[in-house]
Amino acid sequence: MTAAVYDEVPLSPPNLSRRKLPWWAFLITAAAAVLVTWVLFELTPVYGRIIFVLVTGALYLIAQTALSVSVEGWRHAKNRLMTSLLILAMILAVLPLLGVLGYTIAKGLARFDGVFFTHSMRAVAESDPNGGAYHAIIGTLEQVGIATVIAVPFGIMVAIYLVEYSRGRLGRVVSFFVDVMTGLPSIVAGLFILALWVLALRMGNSGFAGSLALMILMLPTVVRSCEEMLKLVPVSLREASYALGVAKWITIVRIVLPTALPGIITGVMLAISRVMGETAPVLLTVFGNNVINNNPFDGPQASLPLFVYNEVLQSYDTAINRAWTGALTLIIIVLLLNLLARAIARFARVRG
Amino acid sequence: MEPDIATTGRSPTSVEPTPEDQPRGATSLRKGRTPKGGDVAFRWLSKGSGWLILLLMAAVAAFLVIKAVPAITSDKTNFFTTQVWDPDGTGKFGIAALAFGTLLSSLIALVIGVPVAVGVALYVSHYAPRAIARPLAYVVDLLAAVPSVVFGLWGAVYLSPNLIPLSTFLSKYFGWIWLFKSTNETYGKSILVAAVVLAVMMLPIVAAISREVFVQTPTEHVEGALALGATKWETMRVAVLPYGRSGVVSAVVLGFGRAVGETIAVAMVLSSTYKISWRILDPGGNTIAANIANRWGDASSPIAQGSLIASGLVLFAITLIVNFGARAIVRRGRKASA
Repeated sequence: MTAAVYDEVPLSPPNLSRRKLPWWAFLITAAAAVLVTWVLFELTPVYGRIIFVLVTGALYLIAQTALSVSVEGWRHAKNRLMTSLLILAMILAVLPLLGVLGYTIAKGLARFDGVFFTHSMRAVAESDPNGGAYHAIIGTLEQVGIATVIAVPFGIMVAIYLVEYSRGRLGRVVSFFVDVMTGLPSIVAGLFILALWVLALRMGNSGFAGSLALMILMLPTVVRSCEEMLKLVPVSLREASYALGVAKWITIVRIVLPTALPGIITGVMLAISRVMGETAPVLLTVFGNNVINNNPFDGPQASLPLFVYNEVLQSYDTAINRAWTGALTLIIIVLLLNLLARAIARFARVRG
Repeated sequence: MEPDIATTGRSPTSVEPTPEDQPRGATSLRKGRTPKGGDVAFRWLSKGSGWLILLLMAAVAAFLVIKAVPAITSDKTNFFTTQVWDPDGTGKFGIAALAFGTLLSSLIALVIGVPVAVGVALYVSHYAPRAIARPLAYVVDLLAAVPSVVFGLWGAVYLSPNLIPLSTFLSKYFGWIWLFKSTNETYGKSILVAAVVLAVMMLPIVAAISREVFVQTPTEHVEGALALGATKWETMRVAVLPYGRSGVVSAVVLGFGRAVGETIAVAMVLSSTYKISWRILDPGGNTIAANIANRWGDASSPIAQGSLIASGLVLFAITLIVNFGARAIVRRGRKASA
């Protein structure tokens, strides 16, 4: 179509081989940036690791851009600058994760011993080096367990309603309020259970009250992930079942749910891992306890995140050490749940 | 996009079996009593669950209001403009300083966190080689799994002392900016630390949602831009960023909502004061959620408890507004792109 134009305007060779900086030029620039920053730090009273990194980064970006502008031109210099900035963003995002994980592991290993996992804080003073989180681990498992037992069937039924039954307004309203629930701050959920269960109904602080608050926080996650999974189940499967004369509810229970099961399990496990580390609602509803209370329906219980929070408030190193080990335990449980959930999601996709 | 799947996922009524259609003596079908009865019961069960959700949300609002109103009416001063919190002593308490601290810390967290989060999303979706894009996205997602109490612990023990040199630097060389002014050159548990912790905590949410919209950019747009000779960044600017804009905005708003409601991490890195102050490097500052966590332990009188619930109600209202805003933006973005 444009062949005639090509004949008259020959391609100019310089466009095809624009001047490009070799990779080692950037290595030298980086080294120079570090060197200059070091000299600056020696000459001026400025100090601190974070500032060193920031200044070095800024110097490198300026030098790189200047170099690139002079050799490659503005557009490519801008391109390089943005690429560097994006990589910088990536590093900035990964650093805190590594920082948190690394620091928690380093600090937490000090008390990661048998005593910690087999003893409670009963008759342990804050300045004592022993004491453990057995009571807190029991409490967390019970509270999250009860919350899961309530939230999962409830959430699955809501998802089934949204996907299989709802037509018109109610479905849209429910869907909207599930979204609103997703944004509900955890402390507000705690305050609600507190106002309803503890203050209005006078049921007192208990593990179960905490379970109710955690249930509210789990619910939207469970509903959303179930909904997504149910939508992925092919219509042909349902129609095949109807064609065989199977009732709709049996189709849902025996065909649709089993097909979506791996995805639902993943969603539920992610919801559990999110709720496991919640401190604020537990603080208001379960209240915390230093001794073992195996009964979640009677009296204050402990919980792992709450244990960490309470130990940090003490000014003794022994207490802080317990807090770090508690945090490490919590991270291990939550990350294991997460990894497991993703592994399930990966190896058992909904088959189309 | 959602409604389409929902409508196709829904079974057409015509294929629903009626009792007359059932083949006689089909033993392989588990009929129960009659399929019709089971169907009706199951249908009501699921519909009832839907109603229960609505009931639950209504109850949340109702009970907060019931417990908050007596406290607000018994307040000796204006609840919305007062900067003290002393419900038991003088009977004066007000939300002003708390609400200000909440919004200020969350806004600074946005300023720090959003560029990084969007950068991460862009890098993972369009820059990173395939082999490392997936693990990188996964690592950032893991950040969302770390419990807030752990972030709080890390912020209080590690970050807060390590930000002191930065605070000194900022107040020394940038003290002419009103935010970085220091009152008496002591640094430590400040709004800045809280904002950095919040920025780290909102990063995975904003990054994940942005990544999802960036990935959906039509390949034709990207390839079209590249074919016209655009550099990689120009491609991002003309094709990817405009396409993902409404998604990114709603991600930012949702991240903001998350930051506003964050409790324990903030409670652990702030030393609570009840004063409206723009000086983010000064020790002090407070947020609504952190105040509830800090003060609940000694709130034994109904008024003290009610005052904290009232502040929770304000927080609830703020998050509702933020979430509605996010959804309105998404809807408008959809209309614009349609």
